[in-house]
Amino acid sequence: MKKLLVSTAITMALMSTAAVADVAACLITKTDTNPFFVKMKEGATARAAEIGVSLKTYAGKIDGDHQSQVAAIETCIADGAKGILIAASDTKAIVGSVTQARDAGLVVIALDTPLEPMDAADATFATDNFLAGELIGKWAAAALGADAANARIGMLDLAVSQPSVGVLRDQGFLQGFGIDLGNPNKWGDETDPRIVGNDVTAGNEEGGRRAMENLLAKDPMINVVYTINEPAASGAYEALKAIGRENDVLIVSVDGGCPGVADVKDGVIGATSQQYPLLMAALGIEAIKTWADSGVKPAPTPGKAFFDTGVSLVTDKPAPGVPSIDTKEGTDRCWG
Amino acid sequence: MTPGDQDSLAAEHPDDTVASFEEEGNHFSNQVRNWLHQTPAAVPLIVLVISTIVFGLVLGSKFFSPFALTLILQQVAIVGIVALAQSLVILTAGIDLSVGAIMVFSSVIMGQFTFRYGLPVEVSVFCGLFAGTLMGAINGVLVAVVRLPPFIVTLGTWQIFLAANFLYSENETIRGSDIADQAPLLQFFGEKFKIGGAIFTYGVVLMLVLAVVLAYMLRYTAWGRHVYAVGDDPDAAELSGVRTKRVLISVYALSGLICAIAGWVLIGRIGSVSPTSGQLANIEAITAVVIGGISLFGGRGSILGSLCGALIVGVFSLGLRMVGTDPQWTYLLIGLLIILAVGIDQWIRKVAV
Repeated sequence: MKKLLVSTAITMALMSTAAVADVAACLITKTDTNPFFVKMKEGATARAAEIGVSLKTYAGKIDGDHQSQVAAIETCIADGAKGILIAASDTKAIVGSVTQARDAGLVVIALDTPLEPMDAADATFATDNFLAGELIGKWAAAALGADAANARIGMLDLAVSQPSVGVLRDQGFLQGFGIDLGNPNKWGDETDPRIVGNDVTAGNEEGGRRAMENLLAKDPMINVVYTINEPAASGAYEALKAIGRENDVLIVSVDGGCPGVADVKDGVIGATSQQYPLLMAALGIEAIKTWADSGVKPAPTPGKAFFDTGVSLVTDKPAPGVPSIDTKEGTDRCWG
Repeated sequence: MTPGDQDSLAAEHPDDTVASFEEEGNHFSNQVRNWLHQTPAAVPLIVLVISTIVFGLVLGSKFFSPFALTLILQQVAIVGIVALAQSLVILTAGIDLSVGAIMVFSSVIMGQFTFRYGLPVEVSVFCGLFAGTLMGAINGVLVAVVRLPPFIVTLGTWQIFLAANFLYSENETIRGSDIADQAPLLQFFGEKFKIGGAIFTYGVVLMLVLAVVLAYMLRYTAWGRHVYAVGDDPDAAELSGVRTKRVLISVYALSGLICAIAGWVLIGRIGSVSPTSGQLANIEAITAVVIGGISLFGGRGSILGSLCGALIVGVFSLGLRMVGTDPQWTYLLIGLLIILAVGIDQWIRKVAV
């Protein structure tokens, strides 16, 4: 009996050494509640199990919880991880901790949200948010045809602090629609009279409805609505429904979550740009493995400062000159 | 002070007219203070009327339209209802940080019971309301029986209820069109009716009715007077025969029920069932209550004041947005209003000393 116990203990010790010999990696996301990051975690966990990477995941309590992310990076360094995938909450403040990790010999890949400056991370795996906006802008202009010249546009943005993802989508949309940008690094400084106004939604239904109502109070004849994401779009739709205008307003959005794609199918949203968090995370895990095995760092997509994980326009009313996929394909590839 | 008194005063101090003026002034300010002490909803009501008029003058018919004014009512309906619940708790010198979490979790229960388990929607709504009441009662028992400070209790349950909400819902949103097809009762309070250009929702009507009912209960029933008594001085209330524990538990449970009702209204407003809504409802409700003139020290204030407080925030938010200012100005001004309201409260309280 004693022998058996001892040998079991030895076997277990050996097994755990084997596990330690695995490549260790960390995934740090903004929250554990947003389906986008939930999907990201799923993608990373699945790929890590496939290729023999032992993955630990961390998340902030709420979006903007910088403190937890710093603590997570410190834990990963102490843990002897080979690499970190991070969707940073505070893209400037996190740079100090990221540098610390890179000095300790870890490879750090920013997922979804570029750090400021971007080269603070070894690589960035993200959606081209400007392109995502541009696609829906082009589609909206094409769908309106000649009426695009007198469109009344409402812009439902993310937050007053103007995080880069919100600015890129907003400015991309305007450029795609054919509106002259002011400073491309901020929204709200355009002078085109077709823009009724900007309001902020916090990226959820409640905020989307309130922001839409505020803009409708300014001009009830808005007929094109840009939204930062699909929950905000669904809130905006409710506000339009309340005054009976849901059928004569074009709503466009970005994300490609499953409820969002279903809303495109039902005609709530005209078109949405779909991004691929699962792929982002899976590629990130592979990159860490490559770095650990061969010391090669991931390279950016040619012509861009980051590795582009792709974006597709989802709509059932394709417009000429704007490549898109239908909601069936969109549903197959949706997340959350 | 009658005119006759004033004359005799002036006769006694023929050279010292300044002193008599000062006395007059003090007397007047005491009268005002006394009046405000007795009608605590007066200050917020005056602020509400003045701010509405000022925005009306600045913005003209755009703001002063039935459409915009009733829009404010729609926008504050949820915070307004939660503020009613918060008022009850604050009147007992407590505080409830978990109101928003109870609201969201209850709405998620109503939605998921219908869509995950296929229960009839009426049953699901009942379960949601019951769950809200239960969550409130847990707060009440921890405060009244275990005697923990309300701030700490609800700081804990806030996180517990919110985490349970995310775990249970799996962060899944139930889409508006599915609800409209299969369980329209969930969206009942989002239904609207028009009177001229004014648009009302049943949620707005519910908020107003709830406020009147609660105001009546607090003023004219024994339970209501006990709530004030417990908030003013729990020991004295206990000694004079009020069963303070029972009153406290009932207040927290009722607050939970009202939050669950707010959760139902929330589904109507946003169309869908979304576990990520209402994150700031607790802070917004406390803001409304404080601006509404309810004393955080308990025992003083009126529930109609809270309603005015919520409306003041709504008027400022929409008004400033229509003026076109940066939204940060709204927060800055609301912060000033809070400080001002508490300052006025302190000033009024001096009359009681």
